[in-house]
Amino acid sequence: MTTMTYEQAMEEFDPVFGIEVHVELNTKTKMFCGCANEFGAEPNTQVCPVCLGLPGAMPVTNDKAVESAIRLGLALGCSIRESSRFARKNYFYPDLAKDYQISQYDEPTCYEGSLDVVLDDGTVVTIGIERAHMEEDAGKNTHVGGTGGIQGADYSLVDYNRGGVPLVEIVTKPITGMGARTAEVARAYVATIRDIVRALDISDGRMEQGSVRADVNLSLRPKAVAGESQDDVPFGKRSETKNVNSLRAIERAVHFEAARQASLLLGGQPVVQETRHWHEDTSSTTPGRSKEEAEDYRYFPEPDLLPVEPSREWVEELRSTIPEHPAKMRARLREEWGFSDLEMRDVVAADALILIAATVQAGTTAQAARKWWMGELSRVANDREVALTALPVTPDAIAELQGLIDEGKINDKLARQALEGVLAGEGSPAEVVASRGLEVVSDDSALEKAVDDALAAQPDVLAKIQDGKVQAAGAIVGAVMKATRGQADAGRVREIILQRAGVEG
Amino acid sequence: MSEHTVDWTRATAARMADALAAGEVTSVELVQAHLDRIAAVDGPVHAFLHIDAEGALETARAVDADRAAGKELPRLAGVPIGIKDVLVTKGLPTTAGSRILEGWIPPYDATVTRRVREARMPILGKTNMDEFAMGSSTEHSGYGPTCNPWDLERIPGGSGGGSAAALAAFEAPLTIGSDTGGSIRQPASVTATVGVKPTYGGVSRFGAIALASSLDQLGPCGRTVLDTALLHEVMGGHDEMDATSLNEPVPACVDAALEGAQMDLTGVKIGVVRELSGADGGYQAGVTQRFDESLERLKGMGAEIVEVSCPSFEYALAAYYVILPSEASSNLAKFDSVRFGLRVEKTTVEKTMLATRAEGFGDEVKRRIILGTYALSAGYYDAYYGSAQKVRTLVQRDFDAAFAQCDVLVSPTTPTTPFKIGERIDDPLAMYLNDIATIPANLAGIPGMSLPSGVAPEDGLPTGFQILAPAHEDARLYRIGAALEASLTAEWGGPLSAQAPELEVAE
Repeated sequence: MTTMTYEQAMEEFDPVFGIEVHVELNTKTKMFCGCANEFGAEPNTQVCPVCLGLPGAMPVTNDKAVESAIRLGLALGCSIRESSRFARKNYFYPDLAKDYQISQYDEPTCYEGSLDVVLDDGTVVTIGIERAHMEEDAGKNTHVGGTGGIQGADYSLVDYNRGGVPLVEIVTKPITGMGARTAEVARAYVATIRDIVRALDISDGRMEQGSVRADVNLSLRPKAVAGESQDDVPFGKRSETKNVNSLRAIERAVHFEAARQASLLLGGQPVVQETRHWHEDTSSTTPGRSKEEAEDYRYFPEPDLLPVEPSREWVEELRSTIPEHPAKMRARLREEWGFSDLEMRDVVAADALILIAATVQAGTTAQAARKWWMGELSRVANDREVALTALPVTPDAIAELQGLIDEGKINDKLARQALEGVLAGEGSPAEVVASRGLEVVSDDSALEKAVDDALAAQPDVLAKIQDGKVQAAGAIVGAVMKATRGQADAGRVREIILQRAGVEG
Repeated sequence: MSEHTVDWTRATAARMADALAAGEVTSVELVQAHLDRIAAVDGPVHAFLHIDAEGALETARAVDADRAAGKELPRLAGVPIGIKDVLVTKGLPTTAGSRILEGWIPPYDATVTRRVREARMPILGKTNMDEFAMGSSTEHSGYGPTCNPWDLERIPGGSGGGSAAALAAFEAPLTIGSDTGGSIRQPASVTATVGVKPTYGGVSRFGAIALASSLDQLGPCGRTVLDTALLHEVMGGHDEMDATSLNEPVPACVDAALEGAQMDLTGVKIGVVRELSGADGGYQAGVTQRFDESLERLKGMGAEIVEVSCPSFEYALAAYYVILPSEASSNLAKFDSVRFGLRVEKTTVEKTMLATRAEGFGDEVKRRIILGTYALSAGYYDAYYGSAQKVRTLVQRDFDAAFAQCDVLVSPTTPTTPFKIGERIDDPLAMYLNDIATIPANLAGIPGMSLPSGVAPEDGLPTGFQILAPAHEDARLYRIGAALEASLTAEWGGPLSAQAPELEVAE
């Protein structure tokens, strides 16, 4: 069989793709019960009769999740249905506690939207949104033994902590005409969704933890021949690659699938309509179950829940809370802050944009805010192996810290010590400065005494200075700083030394 | 020596509550009397699947102590009760009549269970039922049938045959039932007891093991209308754990029952549903006779009787047997051996699920799961489920039109008196026809009551009288029901249940 590259595939065929993104909402509680919605707890500790599907238990819709779903829908330019229903999607699987998933089927709450996606070179692509609907997540299976799959495992464990976590599934319309930029557009689309859910503060937006997950549908069709419109060429059979969980993987999955399908088609073999599993380690996909023999989910309206009927007033109120489109906001802030493209790209990559914006909002210059978040705080986050946003420090505290420097109360070195205290939970920067006694010593008599002590200890230094070797004063400054545990104003110390030596600085 | 002359198991719940309040009797004595009665007669009757003697006595002792200490107590505090095994009870086995849940001890209480506990009512045990409430005879219980105390060879109705038989056999003064297509009212009819299906949403379903979620409703069962009203008020009311629970006050059932007992129905318009009256044949003669006599009594108390027609009821049974199995097929999926109940270990989880369900479910349950799975499958949905929902809308419109002409609707509860155990077990359609008169209320979500109208002259077995009211108007059932009951018991010299033949008492 011929083996094609992505680029070759794109020359031979016209790609059509679509993406389903699952966003885990960051509501305090699950979609249909009061259990905590938190990542990383001990297995089966965040469960109750409802999310365990015990006999008799009934779901109650989490209003906050509905609010988040509507806000997301509005951010995606969707219409919001006046009355929408939940439906049951029936299938047997051990991680699905009730053996049906409560989802939305023929009446999604959000439908018919569009989203502008900005590519790296500034090109804007508009993606059609088919729908954004609410559903609950399933639990997590761990298959022990065998190949790690459910077939042939020695035994399987189920953690229902994730069962019932609220999700919004965003489905695009088929995206055509992207040609060789298909992979780039796919990646940029998912990145934009991630940025939007973060800006809305409705999800952690962490792909590595699965809080944003993507399924990539791709098919190839022949290129239109002369005189024919590409739109008239029917779509090919598509594959659906499930759980592609990083931006890089999105791009790679598109590359792999396009090349694979093109190779099949050129070799005269059909593409099978099927779901495929993504393998991060090999950047490849393997077949899952065939869509042709797909299960019949026997959808029907969920009789345990009332329809979702948001009032017009509420929807308009929510619309007023929708933040600026992330790409537009980035462009605006780069301009306002005067950052270079490179600086801005680093800030975005480090997830520091919102933090810096909030720090600036709290009264700090953009450059100072950037210095903190991209410098010391990034270093600490890196050491601790946590996201910047997960550090126990607020933009307001950073602004306060910078304010103390600007007022001359502390110097940079003391500020780092103060930050250490803040991160250790000792209080606000001002409180840490007070409790740790970090304030700069600006009392001249104390400094003069320290200088005199240092000069007395190193009598030869004074002579050197007086001989014109002014740089020798550095040794005394160092000694004074040491004696005052870094709390002296080094500039002032130097002035005093020079005064003592009778030399003009 | 009054304790030798008063058999407290024969008293009404209202009388027990008054006697407790007056210090005539203790809750421990009441509970013990019922436990003794259960021990004496439940062998052949088999109304109970599980008895919690110690738990009931413990509640009784606490109530007696609080009463002795002068504490204020709820009206029914200390009056024992039986709970249909469809309701989950923390710490007490709950099976819904199915082998697939054998040995399962729920870690939580249903809302109604909690309300019963808060009312300080000692729970005697869990009553027998058709498996997952699928049936009209309790023959489909995974633990053997319940027998009708009026004739042990006959069915006590279903699915709540245990709850009804426990009342008729004087094993409990009050029980809880669930009614999806008549499972409270039909057993009440064939055991000469009273049962009420409240307005859909009037009683929380949280913790009731679901059969068909859009049809299920829990309700009170008693031997008198007033007793049933007392229990209704304990059970009812908004519950934030049930999204379909009505957010409105509990209907004033007790006041309505007391008003009805005055036997003045002046100005009340009562509609006889032509399609449910047996006018077209198919109803047992004695059933029709007792129904007609009851109508005369209502007229005699000042009510106006009108005839109404509900033409779409003809399709109600068919629609019901699409909607119910569809929802049930989904509700019963969770019985997959993974988290609770029976597990038949096989080499893979798929085979384990299959083997567990094959062994744990009975034939009627399997029949309905298959029907429902079929009706919901791609390509059939519109023809079956979709059409059934349209019929449902038509039934609701028929009721709306009928209630525009009258305050309540009435009919015989069941077409016949209780049939013999085994008689219809192999004929599901004949079994389903039992519920022809009760099903429309479930499709429309309206409240209904069955109360005794007498015994059929030809076989001496109980006949039932059904009253239906518009949604939210549950109180009307109690007013009309109490009036008819007062009129009938005046003639009978007491409740009909007292006329049941004496059961043989085990030593």
